[in-house]
Amino acid sequence: MSAHPDPAEVGRYVDESAPLIGLPIPRECREGVVRNLTGLLAAGFLLAELPVGDTETAPVFEP
Amino acid sequence: MNVTDAVDLAEAIRVRRVTGRETTLAALARVSARDPALNCFTAVLAEQALRDAERVDELVAAGLDPGPLAGVPFAVKNLFDVAGLVTLAGSKINAGDQPAPRDATVVGRLRAAGAVLVGALNMDEYAFGFTTENTHYGPTRNPHDETRVPGGSSGGSAAAVAGGLVPLSLGSDTNGSIRVPAALCGVYGLKPTYGRLSRSGAALFGISFDHVGPLAASVRDLAAAYDVMQGADPTDPVCAGRAVEPCGPRLGEGIGGLRIAVADGHFASKGEPAVLAAVASVAKALGASGRATIPENDRARAAAAIITASEGASLHMEDLKTRPFDFDPMTRDRFLAGALVPGALYVRAQRFRAWYRERVREVFREVDVLLAPTTPFPALRIGQDTIMVDGVTMLARPMLGHYTQPLSFIGLPVISVPVAGGGPLPLGVQLVAAPWNEAALFRVAAALERDGVVAARVRP
Repeated sequence: MSAHPDPAEVGRYVDESAPLIGLPIPRECREGVVRNLTGLLAAGFLLAELPVGDTETAPVFEP
Repeated sequence: MNVTDAVDLAEAIRVRRVTGRETTLAALARVSARDPALNCFTAVLAEQALRDAERVDELVAAGLDPGPLAGVPFAVKNLFDVAGLVTLAGSKINAGDQPAPRDATVVGRLRAAGAVLVGALNMDEYAFGFTTENTHYGPTRNPHDETRVPGGSSGGSAAAVAGGLVPLSLGSDTNGSIRVPAALCGVYGLKPTYGRLSRSGAALFGISFDHVGPLAASVRDLAAAYDVMQGADPTDPVCAGRAVEPCGPRLGEGIGGLRIAVADGHFASKGEPAVLAAVASVAKALGASGRATIPENDRARAAAAIITASEGASLHMEDLKTRPFDFDPMTRDRFLAGALVPGALYVRAQRFRAWYRERVREVFREVDVLLAPTTPFPALRIGQDTIMVDGVTMLARPMLGHYTQPLSFIGLPVISVPVAGGGPLPLGVQLVAAPWNEAALFRVAAALERDGVVAARVRP
């Protein structure tokens, strides 16, 4: 069973982090943003439960 | 002559059984008659189309080669640059942009092959959706039931073909946006291997797995469009420098020697019975009794969602900061949420992606073509928010990507084929191959079409 982020905590994260990157979250949007971000963070928890070893992901860059 | 068959039309124009001008006028008349109800088009390029068609006629009259798609009307999702037209990408925000200075590479290649561009097509805003319920430009309607969505985000592209407006269109696919509407409208849709076709001049969404590709009413037309769009493009850093590998000449090869299996597990769950029956009918026709298991598809969807939201938001960050209310309410909150995804989560999703790609490569050592449903259910009603899946109420729109999202996530080539018969609403089956093996998909699709197992549903 995957851990699920607490929407109240996600709400606090939204309120505190968005201003730091200059992203005002309109009051009318806050609920939807928290709901969607909660889903994305839950997706992250799901990924964290599966070890993928030392998989390399550096993008190919040609100088 | 079948006006919904691109290759037939081109041949008729080349032998002067009909002119390009007559063909274009007929297509424009169908658009005028049908589009008020379907709402596929956001721009119709009547004058330009007639000029292009007349040029084709001049080449024919002069005994010169007008190209393999001579005089074939086509239209493109409005995220493709069209010289002289503002590239909306389904948004109100972009409506204030300058017109595009030149055609997107693939649009230019189709026109160079003689095809006649008649307009630009509706889509979900910035390609972030599966239904083409666009608030700014109105919903596109499914030609087989106008109370239902056509799928998305390339909904205008699928509905324009299924509605008999044009025989050929272009779409883009990040998580299923060609395949889902192709399935729900009953036409063919190709999402090629990541990097096969140039994305240059197409508005991007999720840069890690944005693809472009054609939709058509026959396998032959799909191949004809795909073949002329192939080739390296130095203006797209993602476009692979591979030689052109024409698929049209291979359609008659049959399926001999191909190892075909049905994807099980995730790809056999959460679908309505008719969806799973459609896969079974295709498998039976192909003699495919084996099963193959791709692991961890729920995590693939999770990772794809994180990467898509994060990359999509980064592309629109300034507008999200300064004019959030100009976004479509259908996308706004999701983009804003994507802007707040922690970087570590994004990297974790990319690491999983590399792991998942290796697991899927192992599957394709044993199999050449996998069969999977395209969507778990047929077209939703416009405005439908939820659906019952296995007795559980789920958000309906994201579920449309249940079977498509894991496959585009790692750039596999896929054709969604429309299953013949069945209920009043179309369903699709995905043919999936290893990277760069589009030819195998075309061979299988052509065999299924020849045997009447799959067939496009196009309004006469």
